[in-house]
Amino acid sequence: MYRRTEYKRGKVRFAAMQRTGKLAVLGAGHVGPVIARLAIRAGYPVAIATSGDPDDIALITELVIPGAQPRWASDAVADADTVVLAMPLHRFLDVDPGLLAGKLVVDAMNYWPASDGVLPAFEDGASKGIGSSEIVARRLTGSAVVKALNHIGYHELEEWARPADAPDRRATGLAGDDPAAVAAVAELTDRIGYDPVPLGSLRAARVLQPGGPVFGQVLTLPEFERAVYEDARALR
Amino acid sequence: MTYTFGLDTFGDRNSDAGGTPLSHAQTIRNVVEEGVFAEQAGLDFFGIGEHHTDYFPMPAGDVVLAAIAARTEKIRLGSAVTVLSSDDPVRVFQRYSTLDAVSGGRAEVILGRGSSIESFPLFGYDLADYEELFDEKATLFAELLKGGPVTWEGKTRAPLLHQDVVPHLESGPFPAWIGVGGNPQSVIRAARLGFGLALAIIGGPPARFAAYSELFRRALEKFGQPPRPVLVHSPGHVAATDEQAKAEFWPRWRETIALVAEERGFAIPTEASFDRETGPDGALYVGSPETVARKIAANMQTLEAGRFDLKYGLPGLTHEQLMTSIELYGQRVVPRVRELLG
Repeated sequence: MYRRTEYKRGKVRFAAMQRTGKLAVLGAGHVGPVIARLAIRAGYPVAIATSGDPDDIALITELVIPGAQPRWASDAVADADTVVLAMPLHRFLDVDPGLLAGKLVVDAMNYWPASDGVLPAFEDGASKGIGSSEIVARRLTGSAVVKALNHIGYHELEEWARPADAPDRRATGLAGDDPAAVAAVAELTDRIGYDPVPLGSLRAARVLQPGGPVFGQVLTLPEFERAVYEDARALR
Repeated sequence: MTYTFGLDTFGDRNSDAGGTPLSHAQTIRNVVEEGVFAEQAGLDFFGIGEHHTDYFPMPAGDVVLAAIAARTEKIRLGSAVTVLSSDDPVRVFQRYSTLDAVSGGRAEVILGRGSSIESFPLFGYDLADYEELFDEKATLFAELLKGGPVTWEGKTRAPLLHQDVVPHLESGPFPAWIGVGGNPQSVIRAARLGFGLALAIIGGPPARFAAYSELFRRALEKFGQPPRPVLVHSPGHVAATDEQAKAEFWPRWRETIALVAEERGFAIPTEASFDRETGPDGALYVGSPETVARKIAANMQTLEAGRFDLKYGLPGLTHEQLMTSIELYGQRVVPRVRELLG
């Protein structure tokens, strides 16, 4: 239904890469530590970084994200295959796109004016219906950007993670223009505890945004598919 | 460890028994009665959270606390929380040092960045400056609390040069906390500035915050600060039986979360999610005195918390239901929690 065959093909192709995939999580606020913990539990090597000195997050890492490595952002990214953007969106505007060139980038951020204020760089696009991840991707021309892990609240993301065979497993959507990158991130979300639902190109990521049908929702796969079906099809 | 117990309200707009909303003014007068009654019910603290909405008409809680102070003797009175980011720290200090004077040394503040953010547009602040506003203002507030002339310079308000800020504190700094909703960097900030840690736990398993208590203690050591307490703030409602408490609370909870869901990204609660949150691993303390007491005792132990503040009430509940909840919390729940904690 959602390019599932493509996902399955990609899964085979990228299985080898993801076995050795290293993650850099940028952001140590609400969201970053949660994604880092889930990834560590799934067996990924994880580095975590903020815009500042890794010493400032050493204690947080030791106690809240045991197993992760606090590093300078440039070092964490340089050694990573996959970079997770988990900072507030306005801080993303300070990130040097060159730093992320050649990387698979997971955009877990949201443009959410009611909660975080209006950002002109995103508001212009939003007023034309352009999704925040499309604008992120325009800035990161050298990276493969996949929107994922953005629409489930940070504490629910941890609470609802389940192994693949769990009867009450939940689903999470993702989207990106590079099918191989989408497949790799689908593998990541699967391993950290969610049924991945690839929706198509980055344009389809609009469905996952604040105000969309699944934002703030923690749905089973059939519920998720029902919730996004019409919207995602229209955006293909 | 000594344990203390409080009640918090957001000035949740009351309804009458027929479901008609009371006026903002009557709701505020009812909060005064509830605060006075909280002391009679034996509670240690009564807190008022700043909000600016039709369903939480409570923008000037310090004025309400002063009215309660005039009619009480022992209960401590404070904000829960003050949205410091969109206020002037000098003014907040002045209002609460005045409350400290009026109440004979019973004032406290819990400072928050504001997970409810309606005050930002109201007072002309940009939500994108959220982090810088809070960090600077919390740092200045810590200076003001020390007493004596203050010299300070930053981006978010006019500089101060050897400024004597009045009224002077009569008996040293009053207790001040930072409210944290799940950002570990906020825990570090509370420790660095020497504030208490107030964990606002309003959804999901409370046990996940245990690492934050440990983080707070270790960070206090790292910054050379003396030990500071941990407080847990969570919503709840006490009635004679579990069934009655849930029946009163659930429809109002669903309505209230639906109102705030859009701006805060909450999922609309379902009966299944409500059952989970009111169960032993959830964040809501809704039930009979025994049910609520067991849950509070268990979580205070897990989180090594010295204080528990129950956020009572919801828009649409009646003043009478709230008074019953306060009476049961003060006279049945708290003594039972103390017994369970030994």
